[in-house]
Amino acid sequence: MSAPSWEKKPILFLLLATATILVGTIVTMVLPFAWVNSEEERIAGITPYAPLELEGRDVYIREGCNNCHTQTVRPLVAEVVRYGDYSRSGEFVYDRPHLWGSRRTGPDLARIGGKYPDAWHFQHMAEPQSIVPRSNMPAYAFLSAQGVDPSGIRRKMEVLGFPFTEEQLDALAGKTEMDALVAYMQKLGRDLPRGEGSTPVAPTELTNPFAGDAAAVAEGALLYTEHCASCHGADQQGGIGPELTDGWDDGDLFSLIYAGVPEGGMPGFSSLGQERVWKIVNYLQSGGR
Amino acid sequence: METPQYNTAIVRSFIHWSLLWGVVAILVGILISFQLIRPELNLPPYLTYGRLRPLHTNAGIFGWAIGTFFALFLYMVQRLCRRPLWSDRLARFQLWFFNATIIVAAVTLLLGYSQSKEYHELEWPVDLMVVVLWVIFSINIIMTVIKRREEQMYVSLWFMLASLVGVAVLFLVNGAAVPVSWFKSYSAFAGTNDANVQWWYGHNAVAMVLTAPPLAVFYYFLPKATGAPIYSHRLSIVAFWSLIFMYLWTGAHHLLWTPIPDWIQTLAMAFSIMLIAPSWGSVVNGYLSMNGQWHQMRENYLVKFLVLGITFYGLQTLQGPLQAVRSFSGFIHYTDWVPGHVHMGTMGWVSLVLFAAIYYLVPRLYGNELYSIPMANLHFWLVLSGQLLYSVSMWIAGVQQAGMWHAMNPDGSLTYSFMETLVEMYPYYWARAFSGIIYVAGVGLFIGNLVLTARKGKAKDVTPVPAGAAS
Repeated sequence: MSAPSWEKKPILFLLLATATILVGTIVTMVLPFAWVNSEEERIAGITPYAPLELEGRDVYIREGCNNCHTQTVRPLVAEVVRYGDYSRSGEFVYDRPHLWGSRRTGPDLARIGGKYPDAWHFQHMAEPQSIVPRSNMPAYAFLSAQGVDPSGIRRKMEVLGFPFTEEQLDALAGKTEMDALVAYMQKLGRDLPRGEGSTPVAPTELTNPFAGDAAAVAEGALLYTEHCASCHGADQQGGIGPELTDGWDDGDLFSLIYAGVPEGGMPGFSSLGQERVWKIVNYLQSGGR
Repeated sequence: METPQYNTAIVRSFIHWSLLWGVVAILVGILISFQLIRPELNLPPYLTYGRLRPLHTNAGIFGWAIGTFFALFLYMVQRLCRRPLWSDRLARFQLWFFNATIIVAAVTLLLGYSQSKEYHELEWPVDLMVVVLWVIFSINIIMTVIKRREEQMYVSLWFMLASLVGVAVLFLVNGAAVPVSWFKSYSAFAGTNDANVQWWYGHNAVAMVLTAPPLAVFYYFLPKATGAPIYSHRLSIVAFWSLIFMYLWTGAHHLLWTPIPDWIQTLAMAFSIMLIAPSWGSVVNGYLSMNGQWHQMRENYLVKFLVLGITFYGLQTLQGPLQAVRSFSGFIHYTDWVPGHVHMGTMGWVSLVLFAAIYYLVPRLYGNELYSIPMANLHFWLVLSGQLLYSVSMWIAGVQQAGMWHAMNPDGSLTYSFMETLVEMYPYYWARAFSGIIYVAGVGLFIGNLVLTARKGKAKDVTPVPAGAAS
């Protein structure tokens, strides 16, 4: 039995093997460059990173945050409810490299920008468990002790061809890597106009279904501890967020918690559902403070 | 004229070093598995999960797997070509350059110099060291093959040569970057393009590093261990060419439901399903080569490692395509199911086959019998149970977390907050950390057995090339 000639000719074999692996490569890896990041995918409002944001992104890369956090929201219903509108290709045109990640040990961060105030991020980065008690995130307090290097950032901006002003670079004096990382967090997902589906519509009927229900007060207290206490304090004394005061109408309080106050740094809690938001309202109104 | 001699010293040296890097990979893996349950074990800035996890994967892939493939390729190529290495000096240089690269890689990763791309984290100067390493290795292998004294190239040589060109193409394209400074660069590709290139690389690194080379090892060492030939040459041919053709279409199954164009996702999904056939071509060929030899599963510890290894390859190449289906990916992706899958391939398939090959070689390299077969059997059972505990606990964890992530109330709100899903993972993380300890105990026995074998034997630097047919 004689073997086919490629089994006896190593150079021919190498050429054939190379050609074989190039077929799928060309179709699925080379060809897409014609579609991806083209004019059709452009999204108005998506802007390059400012100097401080870019430095924050490089800190994110250096610390390997992408090993635990993804940055792409899939068009699946639970995912859009949890994180916000699904990701579009045009959002990522300035991302070198992409940071989509492959594992969510922590939550997705594609829409984290604007969700929490800066103070929340500073405290959470320095001591994650002070805000999320059973979190397994490492503490990054050391970033506050490390300054940024304006001349290095200038070179990075030039290499990437991102626009910047001298004022922006001057403003970097005295900034730390923590400032940079928080600036980057607040940039993520911020450029995309909020889709209609991502703003929850509060129900029209606004009466507290749990009024006078003592068991529900206890459940509300637990929900408060998990979701509210990190900013408003265990005793509602305030902290990152304001002190919680009396004199609210049930319905107004519900709407505020349900939809949040994005411009004031208060996230909306519609993803908890109406029932649990009402339990928090019921707890706050019950004099349980 | 002098009798030509096989260079066995270089094989021995590569095995020593790859074992060291393998132990490092496992120990770092155990440390980070504990960090996921006890965040206070993170010691910033150098020893955080974010910096150690790439060290774990790089030490495993580049140190343990590729280091051992260097040893085994250099061994197999001489015997399959019935001649000494083309250049012993180049191979010796490669050994030291390999260790230098691994050390520089470890140090730079801990310093935070990273391109962030999975399994391609090393920054550009270290990337270039990897390129030099691969080029000198490839030249030595290819020149040895060209100047061979055996007309036909055995199936193991096909897989070896394919992995040489495959890795080169993948690594060079995905590593393309614009340097900003000595230890910082930006990818040549942006956003969605970068993601697509990365997972074309990432998935085919699995093909060209963790599939083709261990198959080359399997096709060589199974007949060596059993004394019976591979069942079908024709099946080897079909499985080889279809494998290297189909693999390259499938990278985007890592990106299902992301913004890359749908048609790429669909192609990746279809080819992933088709890939079952060539994968199982090798599995079936392996199983049928055991015809009449199954009693060796009881009597021959090498066969046990090899047959369980190819079995995990078979399971891996069924589970992988399942995960590559859109609906299942939508459910399971980003959960701990995926590390469960990956570790069946690395701790199961690849490492079991490498253990067998090293067990076969070390007594021959030291002119001695293996110190203890019962120790080898215990090693087998420990690594098998460690790996199963790892994978099974992570699969259960992944299904639970996926279910909790996707659970919704009748009013369209989420049933669980993110933290409620994470705290449910901690018991499984304990099981996983414990599985690593079982596994490393097995590897400790393995290395102890090899050391005792080496101590009683005498290292042989060369072996005469037999005058007869190739073996």
